[in-house]
Amino acid sequence: MDDPIETNIARRNVLKTGALAATASAVPLSAMAQTPNAGTAATPAVPASAPVTSKVTLRVNGKQHALTVDTRTSLLDVLRENLHLTGTKKGCDQGQCGACTIIVDGRRINSCLSLAIMHDGAEVTTIEGLGQPGKLHPMQAAFVKHDGYQCGYCTPGQICSAVSVIDEIRKGMPSHVTADLNQKPLLSIDEIRERMSGNICRCGAYSNIVDAITEVAGGNKA
Amino acid sequence: MRAFTYQRVSTPAEAAQAAARTPNSRFIAGGTNLLDLMKLEIETPAHLIDVNHLGLDKIEPTKEGGLRIGAQVLNVDLASDARIRRDYAVLSRALLAGASAQLRNKATTAGNLLQRTRCPYFYDTAQPCNKRVPGSGCSAIGGYNRNHAIVGHSEACIATHPSDMAVAMQLLDAGVETVKPDGSTRVIPIADFYRLPGNTPHIENNLTAGELITAVTLPRPLGGRHFYRKVRDRASYAFALVSVAAVVQPDGSGRVALGGVAHKPWRVPGADSSMAGGANAVVERLLAGAKPTAQNAFKVTLVQRTLASVLAEAKKG
Repeated sequence: MDDPIETNIARRNVLKTGALAATASAVPLSAMAQTPNAGTAATPAVPASAPVTSKVTLRVNGKQHALTVDTRTSLLDVLRENLHLTGTKKGCDQGQCGACTIIVDGRRINSCLSLAIMHDGAEVTTIEGLGQPGKLHPMQAAFVKHDGYQCGYCTPGQICSAVSVIDEIRKGMPSHVTADLNQKPLLSIDEIRERMSGNICRCGAYSNIVDAITEVAGGNKA
Repeated sequence: MRAFTYQRVSTPAEAAQAAARTPNSRFIAGGTNLLDLMKLEIETPAHLIDVNHLGLDKIEPTKEGGLRIGAQVLNVDLASDARIRRDYAVLSRALLAGASAQLRNKATTAGNLLQRTRCPYFYDTAQPCNKRVPGSGCSAIGGYNRNHAIVGHSEACIATHPSDMAVAMQLLDAGVETVKPDGSTRVIPIADFYRLPGNTPHIENNLTAGELITAVTLPRPLGGRHFYRKVRDRASYAFALVSVAAVVQPDGSGRVALGGVAHKPWRVPGADSSMAGGANAVVERLLAGAKPTAQNAFKVTLVQRTLASVLAEAKKG
């Protein structure tokens, strides 16, 4: 490939243009819904107010960043648009798919449903911070070994989640399938599947993802 | 998303005062529901008051022998707390049955109580919805309503309350502690906290303007065996079709609450006294006056069978 970065930027611009077009066509529909009387449909519902900015400091993958962002900016958009850490993916942008999963202050969250300004001083780990080519995190290496993906779009979120799953089980945190709430949960396939349910893979690589996690966890396959 | 100003506050009273002072403001805690609604411009606050730094993130014993759960205790921390797992297992089970681990790592106790319905017509700004635009009509009545309420609904709204946690809180007779902008505090029994839709489905609870939830209190542990059985279209990460929360004592007595069937967590005074008569006797009282639609009539049977299954498991000991 000549210049993979250039190709990525071009693809992102295409996606952005598509998103803008979708927004533009959605506006008249919502205006109609709020003004059932067709005669008044031209009245704007609420005047748009000017953007507001705020300062935020984030420590991302060990590096400190001081930023001034629109108050509306999600943690996901700060990572991708401001810090150019495009490993974290935008899937549904509404907390349903898990593609944007990152680790903030030791916990995995959906970065699309988090305002950047609400995480001042936070310690953020993204897929880029877990490992890099030539120095992969064991979970990244296991996903490669077990073919835990097809298109790869959900993979950064899957891996951030998977790393947290093992941490959560080791800390004894229960899940929906934990049989006895007062016992330590097992590193079983049922536990892994349930705990990974917030990460959707449209290609359906689930069984290989479970194999990768099981190997890193050192659990048995029962 | 509409532009908004943002402020952090450091005491509950300051938060309530800021809300009273600032028109069109909202409190934000985890934001997992509010931000989603703001992106769709279903919620359009001009000002957000961040209530994550009020020190309301602890679970403490009360002098009555129960627990006081700070409003900002995360769902994950509440579900994992050793006291909750041991003495209020139905609450831990309900929390773990809801959402995904990522969302439970952000969502708070108070925010969970206040989450809004996932009725698809509430979310679709191109459709009439009395909850979103009062007086515009209900698209779910006569629309796709398989997931909707079967009891307690009105001509204006047949949406359900989506929370699992709130069903367990209802079962446990939790109290909702609040502070108002004038600094006064009160405890609202959870039975009086939520409203049925009536003609005002956009008003979902009895909080007053600017009133902030500071904690949820649990009475002394009930003992007995705790169950939260959630039935849904897939095994994980989906809202309930119906859910049954139950505490069953060794003598067969106990209490039952339902989720997924009404505009609020559903519990009927007097229904618990029918426990000895079996699941159908209890459900007859719980769902008295139920008016399901053609698409969701199955929920009545599903509630009966789910409760029967829970009671059978309780008997096994």
